Amino acid sequence: MSNYEIDNRGFYGKFGGAYIPELLYPCVEELRSQYESIMQDEGFQEEFQSLLKDYVGRPTPLYFAKRLSKYYNTNIYLKREDLCHTGAHKVNNTIGQILVAQRLNKKRIIAETGAGQHGVATATVCALMGIECIVYMGEKDIERQAPNVKRMKMLGAEVRPAMSGSKTLKDATNEAIRDWINNPHDTHYIIGSVVGPHPYPDMVAKFQSVISEEIKWQLKEHIGKENPDAVIACVGGGSNAAGAFYHYMDEADVRLIACEAAGLGVESGETAATSVIGSEGIIHGSRTLLMQTDDGQIVEPYSISAGLDYPGIGPLHAHLIDSGRAEAVSITDAEAMKAGFFVSKMEGIIPAIETAHAFAALEHIKYKASDVIVINLSGRGDKDLATYVAWDNNEYQHNH
Amino acid sequence: MNRIQRLFQEKKEGILNIYFTAGHPGLNDTEDIIIELDKAGVDLVEVGMPYSDPLADGETIQKSSSIALKNGMHLDLLFEQIKSARQKTDIPMVMMGYYNQVLQYGPKKFINRCSDAGVDGLILPDLPLFEFEEKYKDIFEAAGLGISFLVTPKTETHRIQKIDEVSKGFIYMVSTNATTGGEASFSNEQLDYFQRMKGLELQNPRLIGFGISSKKGYDAACSHSNGAIIGSAFIRALENGQNLSSTIHQFVNSIKNG
Repeated sequence: MSNYEIDNRGFYGKFGGAYIPELLYPCVEELRSQYESIMQDEGFQEEFQSLLKDYVGRPTPLYFAKRLSKYYNTNIYLKREDLCHTGAHKVNNTIGQILVAQRLNKKRIIAETGAGQHGVATATVCALMGIECIVYMGEKDIERQAPNVKRMKMLGAEVRPAMSGSKTLKDATNEAIRDWINNPHDTHYIIGSVVGPHPYPDMVAKFQSVISEEIKWQLKEHIGKENPDAVIACVGGGSNAAGAFYHYMDEADVRLIACEAAGLGVESGETAATSVIGSEGIIHGSRTLLMQTDDGQIVEPYSISAGLDYPGIGPLHAHLIDSGRAEAVSITDAEAMKAGFFVSKMEGIIPAIETAHAFAALEHIKYKASDVIVINLSGRGDKDLATYVAWDNNEYQHNH
Repeated sequence: MNRIQRLFQEKKEGILNIYFTAGHPGLNDTEDIIIELDKAGVDLVEVGMPYSDPLADGETIQKSSSIALKNGMHLDLLFEQIKSARQKTDIPMVMMGYYNQVLQYGPKKFINRCSDAGVDGLILPDLPLFEFEEKYKDIFEAAGLGISFLVTPKTETHRIQKIDEVSKGFIYMVSTNATTGGEASFSNEQLDYFQRMKGLELQNPRLIGFGISSKKGYDAACSHSNGAIIGSAFIRALENGQNLSSTIHQFVNSIKNG
C-alpha cells in the first residue's frame, strides 16, 4: 500500500477529507460513491484512452532539451504537456470528468478557472459532448487572460465573472461551489485541480497520472531506465505536479520538486507561496495548507501567474511536502519571467508563465552533471503574450 | 440544561431565531442588536462570525461579512461583545461560522471563550459529523455547549437520524437546496420534506431556515416545525434602516404580526 494514497475517508495523512456544508453533501456523495467504479469500468477506460489519443494528442513527447542541458550542465527532459489539445495538461482531467458526468446523467457543467486554461479545457470537452457549460472566472483574471475568455466564448461556454474577494481563482471556486449547491440535480462541477473535497483531489490526480505513466516508458526508451533523479513541476492547486509525480511518489530515489509562486517575494505580503507562509486549515472543502490570518480568514494571494494565484495547495501536495517527500521551491515573478524568456530563446518553446516557475527552479536546486531531470512543461505561453510583452517593456513591474 | 434546551422545553412552537453578521453594519453594533432583538420578542439569536469565504451563504451574508471584516471584526472582540451583552440578557445565543475559524483560534480555547461569554451553542456547517464526534463531542458536553447540524431536502433518512443523534439543541432544517437569501415559497417537494421530518419523531426540535423573509414564510415554517430562522432579510433591513433600535423592532413586528 502506498503512503501517498488516500485512506477510506479521503485523507492523505492528515490532509484532505470533505469539509462541506450539508447542502453540498448529496452532490459530493453521489460522486464519491461512484467515481471509482466508473473509472474502473472497461467501457469508460476505452473511451477515455481513445479520446486522450485521438483528440488530446497523447502520448505527448518527452523531449531531451539539448541546449538547456548543456547550459545547466546536466540532462534535462521536457514533458511536453504544452502540446496537448488546448495547450496545457488541463484537458487530461476535463476529458475524464466529462465522461464521469455523462455516466452520472448530468446535463450541465460548471467550472472555475484562473489562467483560463481549465476553463478552455472544460469548454472544449463540453463542446465535444454537446453539454451546456458555465465557467466562473475572477474579474481580475478575465482582464489579464483575455485571449482565453474569447476562446471559451467561441467554444460556446458562458463566462461568469466572480466579483467577490480578490476576484481571482479562489473566488471563482467559491462561486462555482455556490452554483453547485443551487443546482444539485442536473449539474456536475468539473474542478480543475487536485483541490476541493474528497473525491476531487484523488480523481483529478488519477486523470492527470497519465503524465508520469508516459514519462516512465518514454524515459526508458531514452535512457534505459524509468526513473529520473528529479521531477520538477509548478504548483498552484497542483494538478500538473500531481500528474507528473504520481507514479514516482513511492520511488524514494526520485526527487519531487514543487515550484510555488512567491510573487514579489515570500516575505513581501504579495505572494502565493502557500507551503512556506501557509498553515493547516480548510479551504474549498479540504483540510490542507493555506494562507490565512490568526483568525482563520483566508488571505488573498498574489502572483503574476493567474494559474498559481491561489492561497491553498492540494492536500496531496500538503502531505508530500509536510512529510518531506517533496521539496518546495519558491519562485518570484522576476525569476519566472526571466526563465520564460530564457527557455523561449534556448529551446524555441514559449512556456506558460505558470510553467516558467518550474524552469526557474534550475537556478535554485542542487544537481549533478550526471542527473536526469524531468521538467513538466505543463502549458504553452500564447495566452501570456501580453504579460510577457508588458514585462519586457517594464510596464508590468511599473503597475505592481 | 442550557438556555437553548430550556427555551424549547418552555416553548414548542412559533420560535423565532434571527441571524445577524457580527460587525455589520457597525463594528460595535453587536451588543445593541442582541439586546434589541431580545426586547422585540425574538426567542433565539444567531451571531454570525464573519468569514472571508462563506461557502454556504448567498450574496447578502457574503456582503455583510466582508463589510464586517473591513470594519475590523475579529473573534477576540466578538467574544467580548457577546460577554458584555450576556450581562444584560438571558436570551439563548448561538454562534454561526465556519470550521476553519474555530481551528485557527484553537478549538479548546474557542469553546472556553464560548462558555465564558455565555454562548449556548454553535453552528458550523462545514464541520463533518464524524470529526465532531471523534474530536469535540466530549468537550462540548463538558462545556454545556450545544451543536446544531444542518439537514436539507436531499438528506437521506438514515443520515437525518444520525444528525439528530449528534445534534444538541435544535436541528437546522434548510428549507431548500440553495444558498441563503433566496426568496422561495414552499413547493410541494418542500412540504413533503417538512412532513417527512415531522414523521421521524426526532429528539431535537426543528427550526426551518433559508428563504424566509416575511410573516407568510414565518407562519408557514412554524406550521411545519418548531419555528423559523431568518437571516438575509434581517441583514437587508439593517442595511436600509436609519435607527438600529426602531429598525429591529419594526422588522420583528413585521415578521410576527405582518
